[in-house]
Amino acid sequence: MAEAAVSGARRPRATGATTRRLLTNRRVVLGGAVLLFFALAAIFAPLLAPRDPVEQDLLLQYVPPVWSDEAEAGYLFGTDNLGRDILSRLIYGARIALFVAVAAAAAAGLLGTVLGLIAGYFGGWIDITISRLVEIWMAFPAVLLSIVLVAVMGTGLHSVVIAIAAIDWTRFCRVVRAETMAQKQQDYVASAVTIGLGRARILWREILPNVVPLLIVLFTLEMGIAVIVEAILSYVNLSLASDFPTWGGMISDGRKYVNQAPWLMILPILCVIALVLALNALGDGLKDALDPAMRR
Amino acid sequence: MTGAPPRDRPILSVRDLHLAIAGRGRHTPILRGASLDIAPSEVHGLVGESGAGKTMIGKAVLGIQPSPARISGGSVLFEGRDVTHLSERERRALMGRGMGLIPQDPMTSLNPAHRIGAQIADVLRLHLGMDRPAAGARALELLNEVHVRAPERVLRQYPHEISGGMRQRVLIAIAFACRPRLIVADEPTTALDVTVQRQVLALIKRMQAQEGASILFVTHDLGVVAKICDRVTVLHGGRVLETGETRRIVEAPEHDYTRALIAATPRHDRPGDLLRPVPEALTARLNAEALAYDAAHGSHG
Amino acid sequence: MSWTFLFRRLLLAVPTLFGVAVVVFVLLRVVPGDPIAMLIGPGATDADIAELRRLYGLDESIAVQFLYYLRDLAAGDFGTSISMRQDVMELVLGRLPVTIELCLVAMAMAIALGGTMALAGAYWRGRAGEATVDGAAGFILAIPDFLWALLFILFVVVFALDGLPISGRIGHDVGFRGATGFLLIESLARLRFDAFGSVLLHTVLPAAALALPLAAIVARVLKTSINEAMTQDYILMARVKGFSRARIVCREALRNALVPTVTLTGVQFTFLVGGTVLVEKIFSYPGIGNMAIDAVINRDLPLIQGLVLTFAVLFIAINLLVDMSYALLNPRMRHG
Repeated sequence: MAEAAVSGARRPRATGATTRRLLTNRRVVLGGAVLLFFALAAIFAPLLAPRDPVEQDLLLQYVPPVWSDEAEAGYLFGTDNLGRDILSRLIYGARIALFVAVAAAAAAGLLGTVLGLIAGYFGGWIDITISRLVEIWMAFPAVLLSIVLVAVMGTGLHSVVIAIAAIDWTRFCRVVRAETMAQKQQDYVASAVTIGLGRARILWREILPNVVPLLIVLFTLEMGIAVIVEAILSYVNLSLASDFPTWGGMISDGRKYVNQAPWLMILPILCVIALVLALNALGDGLKDALDPAMRR
Repeated sequence: MTGAPPRDRPILSVRDLHLAIAGRGRHTPILRGASLDIAPSEVHGLVGESGAGKTMIGKAVLGIQPSPARISGGSVLFEGRDVTHLSERERRALMGRGMGLIPQDPMTSLNPAHRIGAQIADVLRLHLGMDRPAAGARALELLNEVHVRAPERVLRQYPHEISGGMRQRVLIAIAFACRPRLIVADEPTTALDVTVQRQVLALIKRMQAQEGASILFVTHDLGVVAKICDRVTVLHGGRVLETGETRRIVEAPEHDYTRALIAATPRHDRPGDLLRPVPEALTARLNAEALAYDAAHGSHG
Repeated sequence: MSWTFLFRRLLLAVPTLFGVAVVVFVLLRVVPGDPIAMLIGPGATDADIAELRRLYGLDESIAVQFLYYLRDLAAGDFGTSISMRQDVMELVLGRLPVTIELCLVAMAMAIALGGTMALAGAYWRGRAGEATVDGAAGFILAIPDFLWALLFILFVVVFALDGLPISGRIGHDVGFRGATGFLLIESLARLRFDAFGSVLLHTVLPAAALALPLAAIVARVLKTSINEAMTQDYILMARVKGFSRARIVCREALRNALVPTVTLTGVQFTFLVGGTVLVEKIFSYPGIGNMAIDAVINRDLPLIQGLVLTFAVLFIAINLLVDMSYALLNPRMRHG
């Protein structure tokens, strides 16, 4: 009883300390704020966007942004080659970017974590097989492989998500495998084995919770990678039909008309960079704050 | 040339040296007013257990800030110049012809990426302005002098290709290469096995006699001191407990701690003797004295 | 370096290569169900489809197809490009020198920039200099190569830097046709400095975009390795010898920091090569990366397969070279 009371009292305090560490970490706060900004824009896109992002107005092509002398009222960031409102496209673009980021990171994380846990925990030929697979996977250029995958599966958001997951599961797998092997050496797993817990139960109840901080960090960093890959795929017109407002597609259009209207390219590039920097900062900050032991 | 100091004047004079590790509000004294003098051509033993601060004195003498500690008081006069306040440029100019070092661990003190020959020749080129062939020839001569076998081959070898004893000989050659007036020998035989130890000691003694350099010989081993040193300083807790002629210290020590150290040292003439560690009560008394010293002198810095 | 070491590494690459071949096969023939769907244009008749199926051996069973595929690969036969109507091997080999030269220039830039940053950071350790280097490396690394490429283009356009070309590999007015694809090397060898200058100028921006992320990683890893080396006993020895800090960092610490740096950054070289796919596209630079994207857009199955395999072989070769280079850098292994 006394023991239960002690551990019960200890747990919330530990959580409080973690929260405090998170909130005082500059990178976590800054990265989180930028991410929140984009997330709000994505969620409330229909309310925030001043115009329909796909509505064309051929009378208002290449309207420069507000800081230019030739700006039109009501078009904060100007219009593109088809007279579409850039601000609205950026806001809806955040939707696609974040959806892909979350879905792809989740899918890659799930696949990689399961394989990494299995390889790390069981070892032997299972480990050799999975590690070999990872090695072969790494022998491909990721960008080319994702492009080929999407080409094979056909364009569309689901293809993009599957392509990213199918390539980047190795990142999770390698780290989780190494961490599982390390955790397996720890005393608590040995004691779990001696009290006769089943293997699946040990993996699920004992090892997984200890890899969670690591997974959160990897997930955040993977979101950043997914944002980039989505931008790449829509840049080469493989993500969504070019009508859809993706940042990569906007960059691609911008590259075509860079001499007439350089601002077409600047804003979507800045959005990608801001979101990716924010996710990286958040991931690195979480790495420092979540688990001091991880800094080894 | 600055002109050699008169023979009776010490070549090195450590005066009331204070040194401490400071940081985060804590102030841990390492040296508590240590002083010692070394005459020209003297081999001076600096004896103490680990943690006594003897290596720190060695570094301070070489003008190197003994990180993480800082010098908080006193001076180290080399030929009358305080080396604790030299600029980096002045310190570098003093090295080579002024001072040299025989380091503790020959296994890690040679650069694994460069050939032995280059590591001897580079000091000669830097301080004596020799060109490449002259420095190479002199390096070969030096290897001969320190009795390295097959010196021509060793010149072209990398450190990992020769034994620890050979490496220490190479390091001795480097230390003496520019004929320095003072050499700091920091436990130069600790990392070597016993037979090699004796040869290396003999080599240091011979080179010293031949070149007439002074040596500050840092060691924890009174047996080694008895073999090679003219005078000895006994250090504990950063304080000098006793200093004097080696013979006098070994045969008629004045301080209890020196006596305890002697009792803890294996003797070749009486191999049957039981070795006694330094008594805990004595260590406790000395530590209390050190703390009393800190209290009396206040915290530096 | 010992020949047995080299041989063993080569032998280890064989199963990886085989695995790569299997993955490409599975990816391109099994996953999409009917690859013919990728090949046919609108309006193809059933007869056309049947003809195509026979042509590509797709009427056989998967196992037989796989054996044919392996046989062709072993013979270096990658088939015929559908969009270019040329032998895939010929096409790839024709463009490969372009990408190799681009990558070599990029690697040289990355090593020069990253090395300088690392040395500066190590020299001014614990001071503003090191913090600046760390900050710069972190920022560079956060932005991927293809965004750097686009930023460079924007920069050139906005500031009207007409001297810096943003597309192609050589000026149209230069009139230089190399016998090989190695235009940089060939123009230099033939003393055509105008051509050399033009190719170099066209290469600067794409190479810089590829180089930046690698430079940042080299800067980080090399700086950490140098700092680590600076704590060693032989550095104290060098200080006692009276060497300047600059000389100690460059001559004593750098050499020993190279081995861990090459080991840790070796994989990054493959990322640089992988980056050519997009960067070449962005700068209309006529290498195999650019070709790969066109092949995907044109759904040119044999060409895609040939290019993916080429990249995989390049990656494996780079890993092999990295292993060999640190064997060469480390005197302990040279005689081992």
